[in-house]
Amino acid sequence: MTAALALDSAIAPPQGGRWAIEAIGIDKWFGPVHANRDVTLRVAKGSIHGIVGENGAGKSTLMNILYGYHRADRGEILIDGKAADIHRPSDALALGVGMVHQHFMLVEPFTILENVLLGAEGGTLLAEGRDKARAELERLGRDYGLEVDPDALVEDLPVGIQQRVEILKALYRGAETLILDEPTGVLTPQEADRLFQFLRVLRDQGKTVILITHKLREIMDVTDRVTVMRRGAVVADLPTQNTSKEELAELMVGRKVKLGGDKARAAPGAVVLEVEDLHVNDEQGKPRVRGVTFNVRAGEIVGIAGVSGNGQTELLEALGGIRPAASGRIRLKGNEVGTRRPGLTARILRRLGLGHVPEDRHRMGLVAGFAAYENAILGHQDEAQYHRGWLLDRARMVDYCGEWMKGYDVRPDNPLLEALSFSGGNQQKLVVAREMEHAPDLLLVGQPTRGVDIGAIEFIHKRLIAMRDAGKAVLVVSVELDEIMALSDRILVMFDGRIIGEVSPETATERQLGLMMAGIAEAA
Amino acid sequence: MTAGLGKAPRWVDLALVPLVNLVAALIVSGIVVAAVGQSPLKALEVLVTGSFGYGEAIGYTLYYTTNFIFTGLAVAVAFHAGLFNIGGEGQAYIGGLGVGIACLWLGGILPFPLIFLLAIVFGAAFGAGWAYVPGWLQAKRGSHVVITTIMFNFIASALMTYIMVYVLIVPGQQSPESRGFDPSTFLPTAKQMLGSVGIEIAASPLNLSFLVALIAAAAVWVFIWYTHLGYELRVVGKSERAAVYSGISPDRHIILAMAISGGLAGLVGLNEIMGVQHRLLLNFTGGVGFVGIAVALMGRNHPFGICLAALLFGALYQGGSELAFSMPQLSKEMVVVIQGLVILFCGALEHLFRPQLERLFAKPLPAKA
Repeated sequence: MTAALALDSAIAPPQGGRWAIEAIGIDKWFGPVHANRDVTLRVAKGSIHGIVGENGAGKSTLMNILYGYHRADRGEILIDGKAADIHRPSDALALGVGMVHQHFMLVEPFTILENVLLGAEGGTLLAEGRDKARAELERLGRDYGLEVDPDALVEDLPVGIQQRVEILKALYRGAETLILDEPTGVLTPQEADRLFQFLRVLRDQGKTVILITHKLREIMDVTDRVTVMRRGAVVADLPTQNTSKEELAELMVGRKVKLGGDKARAAPGAVVLEVEDLHVNDEQGKPRVRGVTFNVRAGEIVGIAGVSGNGQTELLEALGGIRPAASGRIRLKGNEVGTRRPGLTARILRRLGLGHVPEDRHRMGLVAGFAAYENAILGHQDEAQYHRGWLLDRARMVDYCGEWMKGYDVRPDNPLLEALSFSGGNQQKLVVAREMEHAPDLLLVGQPTRGVDIGAIEFIHKRLIAMRDAGKAVLVVSVELDEIMALSDRILVMFDGRIIGEVSPETATERQLGLMMAGIAEAA
Repeated sequence: MTAGLGKAPRWVDLALVPLVNLVAALIVSGIVVAAVGQSPLKALEVLVTGSFGYGEAIGYTLYYTTNFIFTGLAVAVAFHAGLFNIGGEGQAYIGGLGVGIACLWLGGILPFPLIFLLAIVFGAAFGAGWAYVPGWLQAKRGSHVVITTIMFNFIASALMTYIMVYVLIVPGQQSPESRGFDPSTFLPTAKQMLGSVGIEIAASPLNLSFLVALIAAAAVWVFIWYTHLGYELRVVGKSERAAVYSGISPDRHIILAMAISGGLAGLVGLNEIMGVQHRLLLNFTGGVGFVGIAVALMGRNHPFGICLAALLFGALYQGGSELAFSMPQLSKEMVVVIQGLVILFCGALEHLFRPQLERLFAKPLPAKA
């Protein structure tokens, strides 16, 4: 129904203009996986076009085909109405298609000017191209309100400005169409707003923007039209003003979803985790956590909000016994926890009742190459329950794992499959199952739903709240503000290694949190 | 990209790929043999009958196999912990010194069973000690184990020369060899053991250490896949971050894996020193540590596969010497070339045909989003 409607409206020509990009009947297989199924996408010139879909819906595949990383198995691509043969990114660039990646492709010790020049040096000697680039950068800055200091080192810039450099790079090479892949993941809400303002300027100047995101709010805010993808196919293509977040979520998942679970008021009990003036350094010895004090009580969820890279990762790793603390104290259920030797501390913490869903599930939470049932005992491999005499009881491991997979809706529920062959959401549910089923008193959760589809998000949130209601202490670190707001009973905001304020989710506004995340305002 | 391709069935990985590699090696060897004007088919026939054709040949083949099982297992244990132990040669050499010391020191004093056990302990401990240092350097100082174990091979060689020439040499002798062991320390040969239960076989160097090698293979299998320590070694090998996350200390486990690896290599001395030579001498390892790398690769680091691969290399060694003997036109160097080709194809070029074969037999995954 919706799909039919979508196609009708897609065929109508844009008002008074042409298509900037047309991808018609794209099919792409990766081995037996049908990543794009007969996908047709038309993007009107001078518009902001959003593409939404869950992980694995085929958004990135489609964009990678447009940008020349992959070749479509079938279908054609038209740029400005002309058939385009795109073999590699340089072909796409030559046709005026630029891409801003989620992870920036910048040389950090270089200046902005040098980064913009990179790959477009224009001659054997740099001087000539450099003067031209400098003039061009100034012009772009004037035209689009994108002023930057061309001689600033990229490594000294805040991420928002680094992203601006990425965009300038694409514009400098004559991009008429910009593809932005999850551009707001590393930005504060304010920075994101600034980005969107700027995208509107670009559109008004006649450029075309394709915005890939999983945040429905952004689609509603900034796009003119939105394409929804599910399981490799386009399921809808709608003018943004005619749709709503709820409808988009439903289209993405294929069923009704409820975002943000209901929960009863917390009934906090005894203090489970106490952190006192904790300092943690990174590998280079640079201080990342700079004097953090807080506690988490039984029966509450404490959320730590903050823009990625403000010390949350290091804090979580120190609490999980993975990274030694430079100074300070951690007490778990009244037990002083040594923070000197990582590895051994993680073992002691687990014995004391710690569960930890790590931020980086690929390299930490799961062991690549291990079957699901082997991963199901990670961190508990020396417990008697998994042994018969000296030997590991594989049959029991498989049994337990199978039960948990059923209980946590991991699909397919086959404990013998290799853990990394599951989809992101199912991997995460497996990790969550392992950490919850070993009955922790304190559960640390890093980015609980990163790279996880909406169905699994719903499920994981429900489980976390159930855990809290069972009287456990839960500490959630997430860069997704919506998630922090939906889950937490108390919100701590981290900026530059410090907790700069505590707010209650009932009274906090997104704007207030955003300002705090940017280090601007203290909590009232 | 092969993302999403189903896995090929296990027999492709475990049997077909090694077989294809072996056939490729033999074909190239055949070309080399033909190039020097000899019949490749006749050479192959000599190779096969020379290694399996009669009792004595089988005995010799299994005698070589024993060494390769030990060194292959050594490489595999380290590999499961993510370490590439190239020092099997030096560890076997020093392990042999341990076995020899036990025999020289206690021969004639203790009864055979005790000496046998002590020789195992000494051999394993000396080999383990020799591998411990590179392990420690890797864990605590980040010195890459590939580099240090290679260096330790040279150090082992120099050290053994010194010990043999200045310490253990029989006074007044020219050749750097220790005195012969007390006959009570000799490992019983297969002929003796089977003879005692009434089975007559041809004489060969094959001895009790072959059984030790098989037991070691079984023990490694249980250790790696059925103990929590083996589990932890594998976690360290797959991901140090996951290891730290789960409360495993990678440093300790790296050292442990290297020590176990060196200990296994050290048991080569049982076969060579206590089983055959009955005295300490120079260069008794003759490259078995390096062949162990090819054996482990070909055996997919699984003890069962290692036993089969060791058997293949044992046959190649035995058949190769037979070849040099009965086809004198094929010089000794030519035999080394053939052996080298097998190592090259089965070891270094292990992945040459793998992608094609795996794609050929891959089961498509059920389509999913």
